[in-house]
Amino acid sequence: MKVLVPVKRVIDYNVKIRVKADETGVETANVKMSMNPFDEISVEEAVRLQEAGTATEIVTVSVGPQQCQETIRTALAMGADRGILIQTDDEVQPLAVAKLLKAVVDKEKPELVILGKQAIDDDCNQTGQMLAALLGWSQATFASKLEINGEFANVTREIDGGLETVKVTMPCIVTTDLRLNEPRYASLPNIMKAKKKPIDQMTPADLGVDIAPRLTTLKVVEPQKREAGVRVENIEQLVDKLKNEAKVI
Amino acid sequence: MSILVVAEHDNTAIKATTLNTIAAAGAIGGDIHVLVAGENCSTAGEAAAKIDGVAKVLLADSAEYAHGIAENLTPLILSLAEGYNHLLASATSFGKNLMPRIAAMLDVQPISDITGITSADTFDRPTYAGNAITTVQSSDAKKVITVRGTAFDPVAAEGGCAAVENIGAQGDSALTSYIRSEISELERPELTSARIIISGGRGMQSGDNFPMLEKVADLLGAAVGASRAAVDAGFVPNDYQVGQTGKIVAPELYIAVGISGAIQHLAGMKDSKVIVAINKDEEAPIFQVADYGLVADLFQAVPELEDALRD
Ligand SMILES: Cc1cc2nc3c(=O)[nH]c(=O)nc-3n(C[C@H](O)[C@H](O)[C@H](O)COP(=O)(O)OP(=O)(O)OC[C@H]3O[C@@H](n4cnc5c(N)ncnc54)[C@H](O)[C@@H]3O)c2cc1C
Ligand SMILES: Nc1ncnc2c1ncn2[C@@H]1O[C@H](COP(=O)(O)O)[C@@H](O)[C@H]1O
Repeated sequence: MKVLVPVKRVIDYNVKIRVKADETGVETANVKMSMNPFDEISVEEAVRLQEAGTATEIVTVSVGPQQCQETIRTALAMGADRGILIQTDDEVQPLAVAKLLKAVVDKEKPELVILGKQAIDDDCNQTGQMLAALLGWSQATFASKLEINGEFANVTREIDGGLETVKVTMPCIVTTDLRLNEPRYASLPNIMKAKKKPIDQMTPADLGVDIAPRLTTLKVVEPQKREAGVRVENIEQLVDKLKNEAKVI
Repeated sequence: MSILVVAEHDNTAIKATTLNTIAAAGAIGGDIHVLVAGENCSTAGEAAAKIDGVAKVLLADSAEYAHGIAENLTPLILSLAEGYNHLLASATSFGKNLMPRIAAMLDVQPISDITGITSADTFDRPTYAGNAITTVQSSDAKKVITVRGTAFDPVAAEGGCAAVENIGAQGDSALTSYIRSEISELERPELTSARIIISGGRGMQSGDNFPMLEKVADLLGAAVGASRAAVDAGFVPNDYQVGQTGKIVAPELYIAVGISGAIQHLAGMKDSKVIVAINKDEEAPIFQVADYGLVADLFQAVPELEDALRD
C-alpha cells in the first residue's frame, strides 16, 4: 500500500508571531519555520505503518515556495521514501491545495492519504475533508487511532463529546489529531540518508490546477490585548475579589 | 436571500452552539432555514421550529443520518444548496468535519471559525492561534461557513413557530459506517456553554488529583477542563482539552490551575470575562492574562478554595 503524506511549512509553533504594522499580514522575515506539528504526526503514522509491513512506500508532498524542500527533507529524514514539491510563491488556499493534492493522487494512486487536522498558521481545518470530497473517498478526521484491515480501516476520532470509532472503506483520507502518536526525532544517519532521497519538482500549472485565491485578505490585526491584573496573597482574598469586585461567584 | 443552518442535535434537543450559529445567520441577514437531519429526530425538529428567528425547519429523518456522518450528509445538503447563498454550521467537531466536504463539492473556499461579520461576503476569523485576526472577503457565489460560538450571543431557544417540512433522504454513501462511541458522561455543564470553568494542567500530576478540581466545580456549578499536557498524560479524556486545537471557551470565570499558559492554551480561553491563575511559578505566562493571580502550591490552594466556598 502506498501512502501519501502532505506536509505544510509553517511558522514554528514556539514563535510568538507579530502582525505587520501595515495590517497586510504576519511578519515572516527571519522567523523560524518548521513542519506543521500535525503533519509530523502524519509522517510518524505512515512510518509506523511501513515498519509494520502495511505500507510499502511513503510519498510526501508540500505546496509552497522553494524552501518547502526543507520541510520535505524533514519528512524524508523521519522515514518517507521520496518527495514532491509543488512549487509556487503565490498564496495557496486550502481548496487549491486540495485540488493540487487530488492531481497528485490521480498520478500516484496511493490507497491512503494522511494529513494534519489543521495547519497552525491558517487554523483552517479543511484540506483533508476537501480532498476526500474531490476524490469521492471516505474521510476519517481527527484520528487518535488507526487500524487498517485490508479493504477497511477502523479509525477512532477525537470528537467534542469524547471518542468515536468509524469503519471507513479504503482508499481513504485520514487527518491526524494530537494523541495518534508521538513523532520521532530524525537520527543523524537518517538525516544524512534523506539528502540522497529524490524530490520531484513541479508547478501548479504542470498539474493543470488554477490556484487563484477565492478569499481576499482585507486586513490582519492584533486581537484585543488583555491587561495583566493583580496578584492576590491568599485564597481568602481571591474569593473576596471574585465575590465583591468581579461579582462572578 | 436565505441562509441554511445545519443544526447539531441528539435527535431530541438542539445543541446550544446551534443557537449561536443562528445568531450569526441573523447578523448576515435573510430568511433562516434550519436543517435537522437524523434518525427519529422529529422531536429535535420541533425544538428547532421554536427557536427565535427561524423561518423554516427542514427535517430529514432517515437511518443514514443517525450519526452525523459527513459522507452521508453531504449529498443531502448539496440537494438543498441551490436555494441558499450561505450555508452555516457551528465550528465544532461535527461542523468542521462536514462543511469543507460540502464546500469542495460546490467549488467554494470555506471560511472557518468566523468571529465577526462585516457584510454578507466579509468576515473576521482568528488565525495563528488567535494572535492575528484576519478579515477576508469571499468571491465565491455561495459562502460555506463555520461559526465560533463564543463570538455570538445565542438566540432564544423559544419564541418562534416555524413550519417543519419533511425532506427526502439521499441514501447511504456506503463509504463510512459508525461503530461505537465513548462519550464522556456529563455530570457537569458542557465546557463550551458553562458559565464557570476550572481547568487543570500538568501541575495536577495525576488524574487521581482531578477530583480536587471537581469538588470546587460542583460548588460553583462549573465545568472541568484541561490543558493538552494533562490530556496527553492521560489525566483526563481528550474532550477536556481547551485551546487552539481543542475547545474554544469564553466563560464568565476561568480558573487555570497548574497551567503555564502556552500560546496554544491561551488561544482557547483568553476571551473569558475573568481569568484566575493558580501557579507556583510566579513567572508563568498565564499570569500575563490573569485578572487575579495567586502564586501558590495548588495542592494547598485548591483544598483551601474548596473550604472557602463551602463557608
Ligand atoms: C500543534 C499543537 C497544538 C496544541 N494545542 C494545544 C491546546 O489546544 N491546548 C493546550 O492546552 N495546549 C496545546 N498545545 C500544547 C502547549 O504548547 C503546551 O505544551 C501545553 O499547553 C502545556 O500544558 P500545561 O500548561 O499543563 O503544562 P506545563 O507547561 O508543563 O505547565 C505546568 C505548570 O504547572 C505549574 N505547577 C507545577 N506544579 C505545581 C503545583 N504544585 N502548584 C501550582 N502550580 C504548579 C508549573 O509552574 C507550570 O507553570 C499544543 C501544542 C502544539 C504543538
Ligand atoms: N501548502 C500545503 N502543502 C502541503 N500540505 C498542506 C498544505 N496546506 C495544507 N496542507 C495539509 O492539510 C492539512 C490541514 O491544513 P488546513 O486545512 O490548512 O488547516 C495540513 O496539516 C497538511 O497536511
